[in-house]
Amino acid sequence: MTEPVLLSVEGVAVDLPTPRGNLRAVDQVDLKVGAGQTLGIVGESGCGKTMLSRAILQLLPRKAKLSGRVMLDGQDLVQLAPERLRKLRGRSLAVVFQDPMTSLNPVLTIGTQLIETLQEHLELDVSAARKRSVELLAAVGIPAPEQRLMQYPHQLSGGMRQRVAIAIALSCEPKLLIADEPTTALDVTIQAQILDLLAREQRRRHMAMIIITHDLGVVAGRTDEVAVMYAGRVVERAPTPALFKKMRMPYTEALLAAIPKLDAAPHTVLPAISGRPPDPTRPIKGCSFSPRCRYAAGECFREKPLLAEAEQPDHQYACFHPIGTAAGVEA
Amino acid sequence: MPQVQPAPSREPLLTVENLVVEYAVGGKTIHAVSDVSFQVVRGETLGLVGESGCGKSTLGRAVLQLRQAVSGRVLFDGQDLTSMRGDTLRRMRQRVQLIFQDPIASLNPRRRIGDIIAEPLVISGVKDAKKRQQLVHDVLSAVGLDPSLVMGRLPHEFSGGQCQRICIARALVLNPEFIICDEPVSALDVSIRAQILNLLEEMKARYGLTLLFIAHDLAVVKAVSDRVAVMYLGRLCEVGPSEQVFAQPAHPYTALLIEAIPVPDPDVRPAESVAVGEPPSPISPPSGCRFRTRCPRADERCSDEVPELRAVAPDQFAACHHPLI
Repeated sequence: MTEPVLLSVEGVAVDLPTPRGNLRAVDQVDLKVGAGQTLGIVGESGCGKTMLSRAILQLLPRKAKLSGRVMLDGQDLVQLAPERLRKLRGRSLAVVFQDPMTSLNPVLTIGTQLIETLQEHLELDVSAARKRSVELLAAVGIPAPEQRLMQYPHQLSGGMRQRVAIAIALSCEPKLLIADEPTTALDVTIQAQILDLLAREQRRRHMAMIIITHDLGVVAGRTDEVAVMYAGRVVERAPTPALFKKMRMPYTEALLAAIPKLDAAPHTVLPAISGRPPDPTRPIKGCSFSPRCRYAAGECFREKPLLAEAEQPDHQYACFHPIGTAAGVEA
Repeated sequence: MPQVQPAPSREPLLTVENLVVEYAVGGKTIHAVSDVSFQVVRGETLGLVGESGCGKSTLGRAVLQLRQAVSGRVLFDGQDLTSMRGDTLRRMRQRVQLIFQDPIASLNPRRRIGDIIAEPLVISGVKDAKKRQQLVHDVLSAVGLDPSLVMGRLPHEFSGGQCQRICIARALVLNPEFIICDEPVSALDVSIRAQILNLLEEMKARYGLTLLFIAHDLAVVKAVSDRVAVMYLGRLCEVGPSEQVFAQPAHPYTALLIEAIPVPDPDVRPAESVAVGEPPSPISPPSGCRFRTRCPRADERCSDEVPELRAVAPDQFAACHHPLI
């Protein structure tokens, strides 16, 4: 990573109390994002990817316990007073959620929601904020932006609503945008448009971005680096090309193999991953993936492998028997 | 390794002819399915793809007569389902089953798994409780669940993937010939999705099933289908053998859908999406070809004249005035 570090997540853990005992949603995660860079966080539901993004945003549920540091531009967000934090969110740090219907306020017009954000953070007067809102809506590809300002979220399609949510997120020129499953609720042709829009605005604004998704296809062509999460931990992290070409962690391999490929013949048997992810309230000794892993042996069941850098700088994985290495062959 | 599939005969098991389904909403009419015709031959899987709101689920329900068609016919094994009522229809439905998208919502949360799966048997008049028990036991083993552990438990004790196995077991217990799968894997995670897709293929071979597989994910559809039908705003755009359609789409909408799929390969730079806008409302669909408002090839003829499905290659049909092949 040649760009200066903008966001640094250091030893972050999130614990949630549940009736069935403590649930460790995020377990000792370290991540870095450089200015203008894109990080993809990939994992299945329940792997902790959304909780991690909430930890970065300091938007965790009230009962959650957070430990570790979240450094944005040299400031530790965990220690920041609520008032300072509120100024920072929206201004330096913005978010786009999965479901634009629930992230937009249904009883306020699009215009009110945009103008409010601009006034709050940029101290613009109403007419300047209004003018800027129209420009923003036009920039995210909304036709007839003037008229849209008067409309309510329910009058727009899902794709248009997500564009509005992106316009609000971009309105104060944030340094970091977190997009949490931004296209999961959208159709595939609309998904491509929204991902292109995010990429274009990111380049133009030299903004850093974290894309959180369950779809390896979404991160493949659109990120600089990918972190794969499993059971609350980052299990592999590498520059995107290296992750896809020289993946070391058996979970990454299995996840990629399980996706139906367009160029495969019909009725090809898919290499499914047996079993299912572990119950997060019942932590397993050893590697969390070991019960489902076809390479697992002795120590995998006894000890947790640490996320460590190996032969390539920037390529980290948490595995005793990484694929394509001597230790992996032994297994 | 391709699985061994029973060779589809040419005998159609299901024939849908000029089916029209409309909904009345607040004094307006939603044209959900407009003049759709297709066939599914015995032993094959027909994949039905399209984006949300294109009418694919309505079509699936209309086949089963869970939605009243405005006009058109649905022939199952030569008999017209649209003219059947009451008992005759109920008996026919034993041969056609449905699997839904949300496996948890489609199981009654207060009933035990054993009872949920036995219910279709009770309805269809299997009076011998022992026999029912045996059939439930067999079908649970077939879908990879341990009957002794599962039968006495409630749906909330199971994960999404396991619930979908239970739904599949319920669909199979009457030994049907035809199953309509409506987005059976879209609520599931990648690793579980592959398990369920493999299971459906296995069950198809074991029970000699014919499938109508409805989904929005082209890669998933291709993985299981012999032929695909692409639907847009209530009409069929293209029908043909899966491999052929994916290699050489004839309808511009099919091409757009294929291009829009994110490929899990960093060397494949995502093609800059064409500014094609969004699907229009099914309340007032465009005249002529319904895709014309988003189509790069559209001209005057496309707004004047509804394109018919025409052969563009052997077994491949497209409803387009300016097909790509």
